[in-house]
Amino acid sequence: MTDARIITGNQAAALAARLCDVQVVAAYPITPQSQLAEMLSLYVESGQLRAEYVRVEGEHSAMTVCIGASTVGARVFTATSSNGLLYMHEQLHWAAGSRLPIVMCCVNRGVGAPWSIFNDQQDSLAQRDTGWIQIYCRDNQEILDTVIQAYRIAETVYVPVMVCFDGFVLSHTMMPVISPTPAAVRKFLPPYKPHTILDAENPMTINSVLLPNRRPDAEGVLCDGYMEMRWKLQNALDRTMEAIREVNRSFAEAFGRDHGGMLWTHRTEDADVILTSMGSLAAEATVAADALREEGIKAGVVGIRVYRPFPVKEAVEAYRGAKAIILFEKSISYGYEGGLCSDLKAAFYGSGIQATIHDYVAGLGGRDVKARELVEAVKSSLARIQAGEKDLKTTWLNCATE
Amino acid sequence: MGKTLMAFFYFPAHKERTDTMKEIIWFGRGGQGAVVAAQILAESAYLEGFKGVTSAPTFGPERRGAPVTASTRISEEPIRMFSQVEMADIAIVLDNTLLGVVDVKGRVRKGGTIIINTACKPEDAGINGDFNVATVDATGVALKLRLMKEGAPLINTPLLGAFAKATGIVSLENIEKALRSKLPAAAASQNFETVRAAYEGTVVQKVQG
Repeated sequence: MTDARIITGNQAAALAARLCDVQVVAAYPITPQSQLAEMLSLYVESGQLRAEYVRVEGEHSAMTVCIGASTVGARVFTATSSNGLLYMHEQLHWAAGSRLPIVMCCVNRGVGAPWSIFNDQQDSLAQRDTGWIQIYCRDNQEILDTVIQAYRIAETVYVPVMVCFDGFVLSHTMMPVISPTPAAVRKFLPPYKPHTILDAENPMTINSVLLPNRRPDAEGVLCDGYMEMRWKLQNALDRTMEAIREVNRSFAEAFGRDHGGMLWTHRTEDADVILTSMGSLAAEATVAADALREEGIKAGVVGIRVYRPFPVKEAVEAYRGAKAIILFEKSISYGYEGGLCSDLKAAFYGSGIQATIHDYVAGLGGRDVKARELVEAVKSSLARIQAGEKDLKTTWLNCATE
Repeated sequence: MGKTLMAFFYFPAHKERTDTMKEIIWFGRGGQGAVVAAQILAESAYLEGFKGVTSAPTFGPERRGAPVTASTRISEEPIRMFSQVEMADIAIVLDNTLLGVVDVKGRVRKGGTIIINTACKPEDAGINGDFNVATVDATGVALKLRLMKEGAPLINTPLLGAFAKATGIVSLENIEKALRSKLPAAAASQNFETVRAAYEGTVVQKVQG
């Protein structure tokens, strides 16, 4: 039997960070991430991980330590949830702007106020425009594998990666996870080569104030202005898609597990209706799609794995034949609709895809979403489409709205 | 588009679940080890050859002594369902005083199995309805074999033996292996002794009406 352990999502993430030989960890405990931080602290304390565990007084400092350590050439890791992630927000921009290949787990949790310790994805969705790559995992094996992939992606394109997984639903649920050998991971993930190393022997300033226009430096070399630097980050995110696909392919070759690059599909080839979500709810949706098929409805699932950069090419391909698309989102862009819904509609513009799209907001603040509820929601959406409704407004699943 | 859509708008009656997945709920009190038992059961089932196993606590804060639940799912195929277990095929009640506090029967499917830690016989355990009822004096087993923690008998591991006897889903051999992978050798042996004793002491009966 292969070396599978029955572990939680938090344990899978911590194990992955250890397998990646991270050198600096700075994390501040927060439910439901706490077990992850505790595991890493235990690894360092017991000598199983030769890393510096820097204790900090909050998440803003945790990310600041990661930025500092990454700038002097260390492979760094951190993890957080919810308001902890929001507290980091300013430093998230700083990490991406400095093009530092930091990997962070976001153990998704609802955002206060009102206070909640339970799962949804508002925390990471609210960081959409920070310049970080965001990958959503659907089970604990994918968490372990994605953290390993994330370092290779980040260190190839010099963009930080947020590995997101659902708090409690995955972070506290045990399931079989195959752990690769440290040697195999080292072979897959070469040592980190920084693009610039801040070094006392060779002093320099990085990220000083940039004026609006390009201008020559002291040696007369024309240097980037602020806008050029921003364009480079955007350009890097575009190019990142190829790196993500490539890393997924090589990972599958090396370890025999393919989680999909930018997105994954389940029974979509002949599907009339496609269910879509991110994270564990997308896995639950595959059970719903199978149940719908048993009832004679040709259903499939697209799981959006990478949310930024957005998988426009793959999405247009995957949804091409669908007549209806039903989204289940654990977040909302207040005053409009779920962010994924807006992004998909934008991706379809000019593609010829005319499917009717119905967006559901589901599972906020830990409200459990069951496969049978997804089945019922899809059937009610289809009934409304059949009745001739074209403009289906966002529906809040299993929520008192009066 | 309306015309093509018609073809797939056919909604027959909803079918019952047809796969082989077994859903299990552990009813205990905070501190009795329901969560750990759910984990060891998942490990045993994986060793038994089930590719899909999950175990989860009820999400959120818990208190010592208050009613708690944990769940295990066991399937031939990898599990893709991570929502909380709603209805169980098998319920294990660690503390029979919970029967008067929590609606255990309301969480078990018709024809399912309810395993209770009690000195009573199944027919006297106070369960009516279409269930298999299994009883075992896990507290008595733990006291007799001196499996104690903080002065109280440890009843979660003996109940794994009752689970094996009542359901046949996992073998004693794999429960022993799972215990040995989690505990130091002496503790694993002592725990396993209670598993075997509880296995032998479990009485199963079909209750109806």
